[in-house]
Amino acid sequence: MVAITATAPPSPYPRIGKFPFVLILLLVPMAAINLVAFILPVARLAMISFIESRSGGVLTENYTLANYIDFFTDKFSFELIANSLLLGFVVTLATLFCAYPIALFLHRVSPKWRNLLFVITVSPLLVSSVVRTYGWMVLLGDQGVVNGVLMSTGIIQTPIRLVNNSLGVYIGMVEVLIPYMALSLISGFGRLDVALEEAAASLGANSWTRFRRIIVPLTMPGVALGCLLCFVLAISSFITPKLLGGGRVFLLATEIFDQAVIQLEWPSAAATSVIVLIIFGLALALYSRVVKRFD
Amino acid sequence: MIGRLTFPFKALVACLYLFLLAPILIVLPLSFSNDSFLTFPPQSWGLRWYAAMFSHRGLIDALWVSLGVATTVTILGLIAGVPAAFAIRRYQFIGRDLVLNIFTAPLLLPSIVLGLAILLVFVQARLLGTYTGLVIAHLIVTTPYVIRIMLTAFSTLPPSVEEAATMLGASPFTVFRRITLPLMMPGFVASAALSFLLSFDEVVISLFITGPRMRTLPVEIFDYVESQTDPMTAAVSVVLVAATLLIIFLIERTLGLSKTIGKS
Repeated sequence: MVAITATAPPSPYPRIGKFPFVLILLLVPMAAINLVAFILPVARLAMISFIESRSGGVLTENYTLANYIDFFTDKFSFELIANSLLLGFVVTLATLFCAYPIALFLHRVSPKWRNLLFVITVSPLLVSSVVRTYGWMVLLGDQGVVNGVLMSTGIIQTPIRLVNNSLGVYIGMVEVLIPYMALSLISGFGRLDVALEEAAASLGANSWTRFRRIIVPLTMPGVALGCLLCFVLAISSFITPKLLGGGRVFLLATEIFDQAVIQLEWPSAAATSVIVLIIFGLALALYSRVVKRFD
Repeated sequence: MIGRLTFPFKALVACLYLFLLAPILIVLPLSFSNDSFLTFPPQSWGLRWYAAMFSHRGLIDALWVSLGVATTVTILGLIAGVPAAFAIRRYQFIGRDLVLNIFTAPLLLPSIVLGLAILLVFVQARLLGTYTGLVIAHLIVTTPYVIRIMLTAFSTLPPSVEEAATMLGASPFTVFRRITLPLMMPGFVASAALSFLLSFDEVVISLFITGPRMRTLPVEIFDYVESQTDPMTAAVSVVLVAATLLIIFLIERTLGLSKTIGKS
């Protein structure tokens, strides 16, 4: 009897109902962190954006739409939105043009080199953005490397302003975002097959036509993903604009920080944050519409 | 012929790599400057700013805070993230996708918004400028990565291996210790290394919640860069980049960075 009715070994994939206690025990630590540092803060942020503020960080009990009305009736807000969107679009495009050749190169280079170059491409991600931005201050400053080289070769007589303005922020942002764009592009390059290009070439397509009609369409999903990621990161970036902008470049992200930490206007900062999240949502919606067209 | 790498293309890519790495490479020569101001090339060379860095009280204090926070965050992040990933991978339950999405959602939120949101809660909870506050805030940044990496690691582990061990009479604990754990090692190491680096480099959220008494190294460097322009930051950067490179090199040697990070 015992020998015949041997029970099956316990499945490595138990169904719930059998071990709810174990399951809860496994999930509770992570859920606690998530609740305290994510769900509660985001809920409170949304709530405070509707609270009437007094100066000096004093919060009242009154709910109001005043923070949003103030935002949309201030001409400066539209400047902030325009600056942020322009930065997002220009930096995303420039990053795409810089990262695309890198990704294509990584796709085609021999495996021996690919691993090393892949590590070099992503390793800047692991270097603090403060350090990388400081490097750009050194390169682009009035006594920096770029101006030094240009002046010593006699191309220019006086240094060009490359930091403390939007140009510096744009240059720094592109460099900071290249690894993200390259990673997204590489993930989408899998569909690219040399056989397709060979077929096109045998049918008489020159290299430009092959690039335009074969390579670009096949890599479009990666391009869309990279553009979404870079746009979203660009409009919410803070460190690079703050340091390379020298307080003269006004964006939504820098405004959130100034309102919250310097002016202690938390409700206004919260309202500005909600606006940023809405722009995020719109970018995401646009992305999913674009992606549908490729499938 | 097709797909061959032509010389102009190689030259273009070399220029782009130069652009990508320029700000990291430039701090090396600058860190050996003896000048009082940021000039390139330096007028005089020496180790003056390395000496200044080690005698800079605020910087050294901040370094210890950052090392402590990053270590705590790495350990707690693994304790919370690994079981969560295990549960999501191994149990069928209602709301499984929802739980995963909520746990990894902080990745999507811009850190400037998350920083403000955490500030607003920590003000009430009196966690501003505290060690506990920094650890909690950094955990929300690192745990989504731990979960992502560990999910990938658990999914590469075939259940038949554990099944075989169970059938041969191993207790669940023995199976976990002798089979699951060793096979999960690359995932653990990758999660731990990435958590440490993310916490150690985290700056935006920390800027919101550090106080004058307790500051992390990136916050200290940020304030220094904003107020002074001298080559000391270059010396600090060289030390940081060297430490990061060492960690990357060790991971690459033992596991393969592209394998552990590229897949997740």
